Amino acid sequence: MDAGIREGVDRETVEAVQSMGRYKYGWETDIETEYAPRGLSEDIVRLISEKNGEPGWMTDWRLEAYRRWLRMEEPTWAMVRYPKIDYQDQFYYAKPKSLAAKPKSLDEVDPKLLATYEKLGIPLREQMILAGVEGAGDAPAEARRVAVDAVFDSVSVGTTFKEELKKAGVIFCAISEAIRDYPDLVRQYLGSVVPQSDNFFATLNSAVFSDGSFVYVPPGVRCPMELSTYFRINAENTGQFERTLIIADRGAYVSYLEGCTAPRRETHQLHAAVVELVALEDAEIKYSTVQNWYPGDEEGRGGIYNFVTKRADCRGDRSKVMWTQVETGSAITGKYPSCILRGNESQGEFYSIAIANNFQQADTGTKMVHLGRNTRSRIVSKGISAGRAQNTYRGLVSIHPRATGSRNYTQCDSLLIGDRCGAHTVPYIEVKNSSSRVEHEATTSKVDEDQLFYCRQRGMDEEEAVALVVNGFCKEVLQALPMEFAMEAQSLVAISLEGSVG
Amino acid sequence: MAAPAARPGAAADRLASLALPAGGAWATEARRAARQRLLEMGLPGRRDEYWRWTDPSTLTAAEPPRAATFDPREPMPFEAVDRVKLVFADGVFDAAASGAPAAAGVEIERLAEAAARDIHWARDLYGRLEAAGQTPVPRPLAALNTATAADGILIRATGRVAKPVALAYLHRSETSDAVLHHVIRVEPGAELTVLESGPAAARCNMGMEVEVADGGVFHHVRVQGRDHERRAATHIFARLGRGARLKSFTLTKNGVLTRNEAVIELAGDGAVAHVAGASLGDGTFHHDDTVFITHGAVGCESRQVFKKVLRNGATGVFQGKILVRPGAQQTDGYQISQALLLDEASQFLAKPELEIYADDVKCSHGSTSGAIDETALFYLRARGLPRAEATDLLVLAFVAEALDEIEDEGLREEIRVRLEGWLARHRR
Repeated sequence: MDAGIREGVDRETVEAVQSMGRYKYGWETDIETEYAPRGLSEDIVRLISEKNGEPGWMTDWRLEAYRRWLRMEEPTWAMVRYPKIDYQDQFYYAKPKSLAAKPKSLDEVDPKLLATYEKLGIPLREQMILAGVEGAGDAPAEARRVAVDAVFDSVSVGTTFKEELKKAGVIFCAISEAIRDYPDLVRQYLGSVVPQSDNFFATLNSAVFSDGSFVYVPPGVRCPMELSTYFRINAENTGQFERTLIIADRGAYVSYLEGCTAPRRETHQLHAAVVELVALEDAEIKYSTVQNWYPGDEEGRGGIYNFVTKRADCRGDRSKVMWTQVETGSAITGKYPSCILRGNESQGEFYSIAIANNFQQADTGTKMVHLGRNTRSRIVSKGISAGRAQNTYRGLVSIHPRATGSRNYTQCDSLLIGDRCGAHTVPYIEVKNSSSRVEHEATTSKVDEDQLFYCRQRGMDEEEAVALVVNGFCKEVLQALPMEFAMEAQSLVAISLEGSVG
Repeated sequence: MAAPAARPGAAADRLASLALPAGGAWATEARRAARQRLLEMGLPGRRDEYWRWTDPSTLTAAEPPRAATFDPREPMPFEAVDRVKLVFADGVFDAAASGAPAAAGVEIERLAEAAARDIHWARDLYGRLEAAGQTPVPRPLAALNTATAADGILIRATGRVAKPVALAYLHRSETSDAVLHHVIRVEPGAELTVLESGPAAARCNMGMEVEVADGGVFHHVRVQGRDHERRAATHIFARLGRGARLKSFTLTKNGVLTRNEAVIELAGDGAVAHVAGASLGDGTFHHDDTVFITHGAVGCESRQVFKKVLRNGATGVFQGKILVRPGAQQTDGYQISQALLLDEASQFLAKPELEIYADDVKCSHGSTSGAIDETALFYLRARGLPRAEATDLLVLAFVAEALDEIEDEGLREEIRVRLEGWLARHRR
């Protein structure tokens, strides 16, 4: 066994560093696309609603959001700097022409689209499993299946394992379908966690979201496989606004994975998603993200502006939500997956690795709002800055007077690689009763010279050594990821830092 | 500076007609500049992020709310210390109660007297450190202080000053509104201790600018008055040269509203700043420590240690920040803020911030909040200590880390005794 395999870094990581280009997913699919007219207006909102064949209540909901959005101002409190976004100079709806008639099954989907996902390593055929997982475990392929909803620009291409999931009672489909097929569920829960006009970007999303995923797991059901959505931006000058709604009914369990990529472009593109999770009594939702949008080039040209609102409502007693995120992409990130711990003894967890290299700027963290008694939350955040990047952890832990006996533990560590980057920590802590315990710890340091020296002595080159040390630094979070993602995340950590040494 | 334009309303009208103290030469210039800054910033309001947890309205109002005077029935702090004693009653200098303003190695003057002179060393500092401390976060109350303070003490230490300079603030009138501004310069290699004590007034706005030149040492120990209804906004602006050291400790007991800000810039290589505080509140007590430390040079060290003991609905606030500028390598920054909540009604609100632009740094912060450890209490009671005494002992142990920041043993002991006294008076 060589040195590279010890301490949480396997051969794959090291090989990934050696063999891979900087951004692996920067290519474009050459496909004919149908756009809505450029810009944003009530007509565009109506058009999107119409394209999705939505009922009137949904159109009205969108329009109401749009009108509120017109009166809102773009927030400036995050530690990110970027030129003003021209909301009229982009497309809000883009759909491959070959999807004009909704394919009845995946067999009917344009082969170009299928090839795109294949190239991305996303299995759209049910006999396939996620790339990179083969040989990863001794578990039979059967046990490692993942159902995928593939979203391409503004529309869902298809969802796998739908029938099999249905047998278990699980609904997993595009949200556009859910609005048509399960209007009662959607009406009950949509906007109940992130209200229509929650914040500037969420309000914009409420007006123009085009697709996304919908999950409902009925009482007492443990979802038989991992669910996942893969978001791909392909069209130029187009914003992606997806909306995800996951409901775990009493005693249900679901693990959901989310991945995303975009082509390499000189211009910036906006991504403003909203994710709402509802966990009822004794339910558990595990939500994992590997965010790998195009980060821009070494000079800071191009890249995605990623302003996302993710929130979970632990509505029922003893419910549990766990957010895990690996943030390596996007030029600008503003993202705070949060938990409202409403039910007594409910639990929220947040594990995050945020890597910013070159000119990337990330402002990310979480909010844990303790409302119920004996609620618990745990935050582990690892921020890594390299190049000229700025990386900020921003968080809130709020213990309300009635949330007696609650507990929070927060640890946020920052690692700096190079002397031109920045690492910042902005935690807000509000404790309004004495029977709760809150602990917050944060450290900032640079890659330890002794550890690097140790690795180099054993024959690793400097980049390998940094990858090893950084993987060790992130270990706690990597371990919280489902295996499908842990592999990918681990090699991503190495790739994202490539070129940051020396 | 990203300050909003002055907000319309009564406060703006008040600022526009703000009268400056008469009779200053160089000071008038500095006061005018401060008034201009203030007009641009406007007074703080509840919507300002920097005042998220502390309502500034009674600090910015034209008239202070009435505050009853209070007889603590104990000697003023530092009575036993051999010191240069200078007394202000309700913000007005009390010559009769003060000692001779002289000691070896130090020049001491009143701002009211020195302000009229053409040339004075304080001219290069008065309002200058405050102005520098207005970025990146505006501190309008400090500009208000610079603009309107008619008096204060100017201290220049040229050698090792054996006697501390003790500023005692008495509160005699229920409606008094004191504004004082002190300027301190510790010359290269000099060493000075400044003590402050007392409630000062129904409301006080206290400003202190401190320049510690290369190799200088500045000790600051402050005991804020026990009057329940008093209000205070204080600012310390300090700049440290190469190898300079600053140690500041504040004990706050009671007071309906206290906001203590410390804005410290480590400008010379190897400078060291320690800022600490212990605050004890029972009932209507709101105490806010807001600290901003900038590492602007290589090899500097900073420590922030704040402990709060809160009961019967008292509120403790901590906003601490360490900013490490590009190039400020080999930085060692440490920050701890902890609250002990003695009952369910009290609350602790904290924002321990780091902003770091250099990679060879060691910065950490910790923040905790919780009740008395029942296991520790049980341990002590099992050894025969009554509950109240055992609780006091644990509280003392809790604040010990902050007290340890006082270098002088005698002063530390005096603070400890006062702490114990408060605990004994505020048992359940």
